[in-house]
Amino acid sequence: MALLVVEDLHKRYGKEEVLRGVSFTLERGETKVIIGPSGTGKSTLLRCINRLTEPDRGRIWLNGEEITSRRTNIYKIRAQIGFVFQDFNLFTHLTALDNVRLGLIRVKRMPRREATERAMRELARVGLADKANAYPAQLSGGQQQRVSIARALAMDPKLILFDEPTSALDPELIGEVLQVMIELAEAGMTMLVVTHEMGFARSVADEIIFMEKGVIVEQGPPEVLFTNPKVPRTAEFLRKITEFYGESS
Amino acid sequence: MTASDWQGLLKGVPSLLGGLGINLQILLGLVTLGFLVGIVIALIQVYGPRPLATLAVGYEWFFRGVPEMVLLLLIYYGLRQFHVPITPFIAAVVALGLRSSAYQSQIFRGAIQAVGSRQMMAALSVGMTRLQAIRHVILPQALRLSIPPWSNEFSSVLKDTTLASAIGVIEVFKRARFIIGRQYGLALPAFMLVALFFLVLTYMGNWILGALERRYRIPGFEAKGTGERF
Repeated sequence: MALLVVEDLHKRYGKEEVLRGVSFTLERGETKVIIGPSGTGKSTLLRCINRLTEPDRGRIWLNGEEITSRRTNIYKIRAQIGFVFQDFNLFTHLTALDNVRLGLIRVKRMPRREATERAMRELARVGLADKANAYPAQLSGGQQQRVSIARALAMDPKLILFDEPTSALDPELIGEVLQVMIELAEAGMTMLVVTHEMGFARSVADEIIFMEKGVIVEQGPPEVLFTNPKVPRTAEFLRKITEFYGESS
Repeated sequence: MTASDWQGLLKGVPSLLGGLGINLQILLGLVTLGFLVGIVIALIQVYGPRPLATLAVGYEWFFRGVPEMVLLLLIYYGLRQFHVPITPFIAAVVALGLRSSAYQSQIFRGAIQAVGSRQMMAALSVGMTRLQAIRHVILPQALRLSIPPWSNEFSSVLKDTTLASAIGVIEVFKRARFIIGRQYGLALPAFMLVALFFLVLTYMGNWILGALERRYRIPGFEAKGTGERF
């Protein structure tokens, strides 16, 4: 069975139906990239997967366990799903080290010393061991995002969700975050990434999901989607976004 | 002032200081009560389920709306009427504390909302429960933001402790009046002395709060020393 199974997900905000029956699966070690115009429910979809937003209908399984079941301990599930936000959302009153360590100590009940060692390892992995004692406001956007990736990694997640992780960054800082994500994908981390970085999508994704107006329009391997999409709308979107963001960004 | 006035005033100082000690005890009690209840009310208003949040708003409306003096008399005489053996001191702490909790709740509510829902979301995303998120992420930030407006409330309730004299607590204001009753010429100097006590206490309290604010300031958020002023 796939690591993540999403089946017929629906979500409505007032009159607007943001998700209108989304289904897909994610295998262990796979990286899928979700692309699509803004306002098509990509972020809502990610938040429904760890139930930061409650879906109205549909079911989700992680590793065979139904997340959407009322009996599920959602806190336990969330600890297994990393989440990287567009605007980082580091805890502003804590140092980089404490940001990474907090979940280990409070959620995983890891002894302080062990948690510190683990957190330092993750900070080193994203190249920020020397910033362990810096506060978020003292870090650049790229560094903050790398800390937030370290925070997700420290929890030993089965899967990491990335919600436009580079959209809030200055262009020259995007590379350092993408580099970390590429290394993660190579190391076999399972990732679901919402992004407009077509270069990343093309070179790293095992599969691309094109979403619009709350439904999946088309999905497939990048080489197929980029060169030979079945749906005309996919081709049009890819052409526009590549013009705007550039191919190699 | 005559020599005997000076003598009378000097003789009254220990009694006044003793009274001031009682004001400080009331202050400690009411501030603690107001702080604890205020935080709970604020949390219910922000995170609580709708009916409970409405109740919390009603609570805040009541205790901010009724004059303190009326509240004092209401709680003291009201409870006595129902044969609750409440002392004037406790009645003062409870009445002033509940009133302060309503004001403090709005300080904390504003601060919690200023921290923002995204911090809560980030805390939930690593698997924390709501209570853990409030305890380890939201409140540490909200309390920092609360210090400047809270020092306002502190300065205000510090002086309100003299109202306790109205229900018979023998605190500093009441004692000043005793002294004046014995020696009328002391009216002005005795009240001036009481005023001075409160000026000093207000200064000290705010100095401590200022130090607390500096101690817990989050690095990176201080005004940058560029000499620019905005």
